[in-house]
Amino acid sequence: MSGFTLPSATLLAQSVLSGVFVGALYGLLGLGLSLSWGLLRLINLAHFAFAFLAAYLCYQLSTKGVDPLLSLALIVPAFFALGAALHALMARFAITPFNSLLLTFGLTGIVEALIQAIWTADFRKLESSYGEHRFKLGALYLPLPELITLALAVGLSLAVWAVLRYTDLGKALRASAEDPAVAAAFGVRQQRNALLLAGTCSALAAVAGVCLALGYTLAPSQIYAWIGVVFAAVMLGGLGRALAPLVAGIVIGVSEALTMAVTAPSWAPLVSFTLLIGILLLRPGRAA
Amino acid sequence: MKKTPLAIIAAALALAFVPQLGLPAFYDSLLYLILHWVVLATSWNILSGYSGYFSFGHGAFFGAGLYTSATLMARYEWPFLWTLPAAALLACVLGLVVGAIVFRVKGIRGEVFALLTLAVTFVLGTLIVNTPVDGGNGVSLAAVAVPAIGPTPSATFYLLALGAAALTLLVAWWIAQSRFGAGLFAIHDDEDAAEVIGVPTYRYKLAALGISCALAGMAGGIHALFLNYVTVGEVFTITVPLTVVLMSVLGGTRHWAGPAVGAVAITLLLYGFTAADHALAGKAMVGVILIAAILFMPDGILPRLQKAWARRRPAPLPPVPLDPVAPTAPTAPTVAAMTTAAADGGVLLQAERLAKSFRGVRALAGVDLQVRQGEILGLLGPNGSGKSTFINVVSGHYVASGGQLRFEGRELTAEPAHRIARGGIARTYQIPRPFAHFTVLDNVALATMFGGGVASPEAARREAMGWLAFTGLQDKALALPEALNLHQRKFLELARALAARPRLVLLDEVLCGLTPAEIDDAVALVRRIRDQGATVVFVEHVMRAVMALTDRVVVFDQGGVLAAGPAAEVMQRPEVMQAYLGTVALAADAAAAMGPAHA
Repeated sequence: MSGFTLPSATLLAQSVLSGVFVGALYGLLGLGLSLSWGLLRLINLAHFAFAFLAAYLCYQLSTKGVDPLLSLALIVPAFFALGAALHALMARFAITPFNSLLLTFGLTGIVEALIQAIWTADFRKLESSYGEHRFKLGALYLPLPELITLALAVGLSLAVWAVLRYTDLGKALRASAEDPAVAAAFGVRQQRNALLLAGTCSALAAVAGVCLALGYTLAPSQIYAWIGVVFAAVMLGGLGRALAPLVAGIVIGVSEALTMAVTAPSWAPLVSFTLLIGILLLRPGRAA
Repeated sequence: MKKTPLAIIAAALALAFVPQLGLPAFYDSLLYLILHWVVLATSWNILSGYSGYFSFGHGAFFGAGLYTSATLMARYEWPFLWTLPAAALLACVLGLVVGAIVFRVKGIRGEVFALLTLAVTFVLGTLIVNTPVDGGNGVSLAAVAVPAIGPTPSATFYLLALGAAALTLLVAWWIAQSRFGAGLFAIHDDEDAAEVIGVPTYRYKLAALGISCALAGMAGGIHALFLNYVTVGEVFTITVPLTVVLMSVLGGTRHWAGPAVGAVAITLLLYGFTAADHALAGKAMVGVILIAAILFMPDGILPRLQKAWARRRPAPLPPVPLDPVAPTAPTAPTVAAMTTAAADGGVLLQAERLAKSFRGVRALAGVDLQVRQGEILGLLGPNGSGKSTFINVVSGHYVASGGQLRFEGRELTAEPAHRIARGGIARTYQIPRPFAHFTVLDNVALATMFGGGVASPEAARREAMGWLAFTGLQDKALALPEALNLHQRKFLELARALAARPRLVLLDEVLCGLTPAEIDDAVALVRRIRDQGATVVFVEHVMRAVMALTDRVVVFDQGGVLAAGPAAEVMQRPEVMQAYLGTVALAADAAAAMGPAHA
């Protein structure tokens, strides 16, 4: 444990910046999770496994010379179909929210084993030209992969927010979440909408996976490393809201980064989980 | 029933001879691991399976015990066996502290409780890794001597785990068949209804968590020395809770032996794949099994088998007692005893300026009301006038925001619902809320045990059978509530309320939704209830029943009492007619004034 020392202003600013970047990824990972939980009443733990599967696919394609961002064109539709298929299964058996958590945990184990069988348990790092670019703003470094992540996170969150707020589809989805029976009586095509939404959530996981591949080293066991903190961001923001995971993710990312800068990296988990416990105790209704 | 604990002890004694067989040491270790998971899964199930509060924090309590033991051995050189009670105690205290905070907040259920306890795991892990307890490097126990309980160290661990597993299974069995367990199962099905029939839900959940944590802590203490080198990264993870959840769900969470069945199956399965060098396939297989179990056997293996068994040999019904009024208990209060308790001029329940607000909406605005000994009092009033809120406040479902409530001269205002139920007030719900996993008979027996204070489940069932006969449900005793129609469900609500032997029964729209013939049945039944000596307050819209039954009515309007007196007289009063029908002239004026705006 290092002592309590106040770092320089530049270092602090760089910490905040890196907190924003990692927070954007928390938000991007949390977006699909929050939508599925809040609007479909399904807690998809396999969201993380899907993200890592997408990351590994992106890694594999890049070794064949495909640009990581171009690979999205292939990966996103594939994961949309995967998510819709998973939802069709869970809807067919009328799974409760809690059982959806257990079922998707089983799925996570299967995907983890699959990844390990194909790519081994060793760390893998995607090498691309993106990793070499970094901009300099004053004394601060802005790495390109992180900027891409931030841009995607902000862009997609805003897009989802606009769809939920302004389109008929968005209104229908929110109505179905609030009262399925009444929504059905008003002619909302719930099954189709739910499949669409579940597919979108998985597609969002895939996008987050590509961002993961761009910025982080990959290992199958890392799937579990993100679960706690992303759940914290989702609960902190409130379920089924498009912008909330991003905002909460950045809040958590920045407070973690500052904690690390002021004390030691090993203290970082304390921040997000204390925040989560506090929020759950004070406002338990957020997740109801 | 009492054969079960003997069977557990006999099995444990027989298994204690396994080390004498001279099997290779790795068998001891495999058996140790199986028993280790039996303890963890079974202990988890005591809170989470029985009461439905799925904890994902079992790793935290297991880890607390593990680090307690490790620290005491490595740093303070305690002998290993002495560290085990300390490990159990510390884990238990930690659980009680977490529970005392979490269980106080209403609304922390289901997924929220799961995530909260998971967060506790990570917070505790972070604290330990950053303090000298661990220091980030782990704790080595290489220098600690393994006590020579068995012929070899691995045999010693096996015997310790065997003892722990036997103890855990005995505790789990004892709870499952006791009144405590019945209360936990009721919390699982409907916590509010459980509290209202007299289950002290907060204390029960806390006690279950404490016991569960103590057993997990003990398992952790043993496991510390088994591992010989402990690190935070391997203990405070999501894997421990998810594994025990998987085992319990697979085996069946509503049976004391379910988690043990699941633990044996999963551990053997994983071991089988690992031994055959297919660890990865094993991991995937566990996932497949979990998915299949959730989809096709949501209740688990054991209940499945039990159901098949029960179909071949239906359980016998307890005999119907001849006199349902006082079937067994001579201590049951009689009408005479009650009258002396309510000596102040025959007033049983007295509300003074009783108020209840919901965020500024005043549902009750200072209600003054008396319920007299032995009467049938009808509560009338338009929708939203505060009748149901009044019942909810008296039964303790809501806490009053002001005013006073006295029952038999005793202050009732801030009492929790289960104390009110035990004090002699029972209620029914407008929409029946039976416990879905309990048979009709056991639904009533629960009320007998908690509100009525009958300790033994068998005696409670015998008495409950009497109340089923009283309400005409005796043929449905072994059915589940889902098999009843609305009329029968309403009568089940009544039987459950009566089974607590209340002096005051609050009936919330029992007649709503019934056919005229069914209403006649119900009216006769309410009369019989009063003839038993209970006082009845009922909320009702069916005027025919109100006229036929009530001695007095109280009319509510806008959260206050508008009128009180005999029904025939009160309903003629102009202010009552106005509250129900509105004033024709006023309505016409209003329509005229609004007219242009709406045209």
